[in-house]
Amino acid sequence: MRFLGKKLMFYAVALLAALSLNFLIPRLAPGNPVDAVLARQSSMAPVSPEARHSLELLLGVNDQPLWQQYLRYLGQIFSGDLGRSVTFFPAPVGDIIGQALPWTLGLVGVATVVSFTLGISLGALAGWFRRGVVDSLVAGSTMLAAIPYFWLALAALYFLSAGLGWFPLGLGYDVEIEPGWSGEFVGNVGYHALLPALTIVVSSLAGWLLGMRNMMVSTMGEDYVVTAQAKGLSLRRVMVTYAARNAVLPSVSGVAVSLGFVVGGAIVTEAVFSYPGIGFTLLQAVRNSDYPLMQGIFLIITLAVLGANLLVDLLYAVIDPRVRTTAKAGAR
Amino acid sequence: MTQAVITPVRAAGRVSALTRRPKFLLGAGIVALYAAVAVIGPLLVGDPHATGDDLLAGPSAAHLLGTTNNGQDVFAQLIVGFRSSLLVGLLAGMVTMLLAALVGVVGGYAGGWADEVLNLIGNVFLVIPALPLIVVAASYLHSSGIAVIALLIAVTSWAASARVLRAQTASLAHRDYVDAVRASGERAWRIVVVEILPNLYPILISQFVFAMIGAILGEAGLSFLGLGDLNSVTWGTMLFFAQNGEALSQGAWWWFIPPGLCIAVLGAALTLLNIGVDELINPRLRVQRRGGAQGDIR
Repeated sequence: MRFLGKKLMFYAVALLAALSLNFLIPRLAPGNPVDAVLARQSSMAPVSPEARHSLELLLGVNDQPLWQQYLRYLGQIFSGDLGRSVTFFPAPVGDIIGQALPWTLGLVGVATVVSFTLGISLGALAGWFRRGVVDSLVAGSTMLAAIPYFWLALAALYFLSAGLGWFPLGLGYDVEIEPGWSGEFVGNVGYHALLPALTIVVSSLAGWLLGMRNMMVSTMGEDYVVTAQAKGLSLRRVMVTYAARNAVLPSVSGVAVSLGFVVGGAIVTEAVFSYPGIGFTLLQAVRNSDYPLMQGIFLIITLAVLGANLLVDLLYAVIDPRVRTTAKAGAR
Repeated sequence: MTQAVITPVRAAGRVSALTRRPKFLLGAGIVALYAAVAVIGPLLVGDPHATGDDLLAGPSAAHLLGTTNNGQDVFAQLIVGFRSSLLVGLLAGMVTMLLAALVGVVGGYAGGWADEVLNLIGNVFLVIPALPLIVVAASYLHSSGIAVIALLIAVTSWAASARVLRAQTASLAHRDYVDAVRASGERAWRIVVVEILPNLYPILISQFVFAMIGAILGEAGLSFLGLGDLNSVTWGTMLFFAQNGEALSQGAWWWFIPPGLCIAVLGAALTLLNIGVDELINPRLRVQRRGGAQGDIR
């Protein structure tokens, strides 16, 4: 129970830090959001003082002392009010995020599971059969990790979609199809998600593979693996039940860390493929100086990552009882 | 992850052990070549911003790598990109290392509440998603120079290194030789600088190289999204303008293939360098060379 309490405490602190950063960044940056939005609009028409004032109210810019603004901001967030979007005015930020989130969760979620499963299995094999065929793949996949992700995605889009016509050129589904739970629509969504998902898997596979391989090599030197072999257990059993099962532990906590990267990486994926998820929406918000939407999305991404980390921390304590008793010093 | 086992090798032994590793040599060679181009190259090519009459022309004798849709020379941009991209990597790498060393070594050596606080800060930075944070921050700092971009990347990426350094420092701080020095009344900062820091060099180098790869890829990604410093010529901004100028749909491969390739090769070279250093400090990762021995056990 002390373990659980400590964990919850930590994530509460992390959440408060993220919220405070989200609050402070716009206020520490030079210029103010109202001017930024007006600079965009004033080229079209002059702005009346009333319009300026309503924009100030909308963006939460006022002359209150900073701590009062901060308390008000926290109060709004905890009551679930993320404000209204400037770009899609007067749609509430929460609604826009709600529409974008399922796309990202589906695409990134499936891609992560596939990449993790594949990487762990190949990594275990590579570690077990060192200097074998799979192990020589390790060097290749390390090189692959050096390629900028967006470049890989662009090349895939260029050659496989534009060139060969195997995949669509972007978007979540074909506009002429009516969205709904029809087989046609679901199939179309899957077809559109295939190439983005493939690029995510290709670019993240190497990390899992390498981590698992190295842990496997370390684990194989442990006494209990040698003992298992000496007992004459089958090779398969020693590899899967004794070595791989223990070697996979650090990768499990790696899932949490990487979820942050994958949710973050989805920004680039969605930018390249014009995929209607949360990353693409964030970029639109950035381009339109839509500060409420931008902050709302950062908040949601942070919440998702913190939640995933907490979940994996708890899961980890269940599968590896050692973390409950010893401090985590030195563990990754 | 398990802590790297530090083998006490003398400095000269370390260097000669590194030069015997082909991966390390290949990586170091490529990085040296890049550094040379970064130093000399920009002096030999023309102004990368200068526009000409040939728009989106293919490679020729006049323009080795063709031109952009504004008639700018792609080769000149690519060469200037060596300098700016490497500078982003170096600056971000160094600041990342400095922050990580400060937090990790101080926390690891001091222990107690100071360690608790520093570790908490590090863990918080580790769980807050970096890229969305950089995207939001960069959008408030419209085009404010590559140094700002480099610092932004560094501030959001030191935590993982700090964690590794903290663990290693904590382990070193309780070795017998350190205890002996401490018992002789040596001051804490001298113990850290003279006795502990030299044993951290391999890890520091390896983490620095990692930070550099991350920063170069990070800058390219940010610039590609249009959030970098669009006034400076980096491989990232080249790719941004190539994407916006529809280089892909017009088949202008000479515009977007070279910068991406330059990043990929540099990233691969730095990775090789890192593998070389890692194998040296963690003997378990070394592949046995003697014939027949395929693994540790079988």
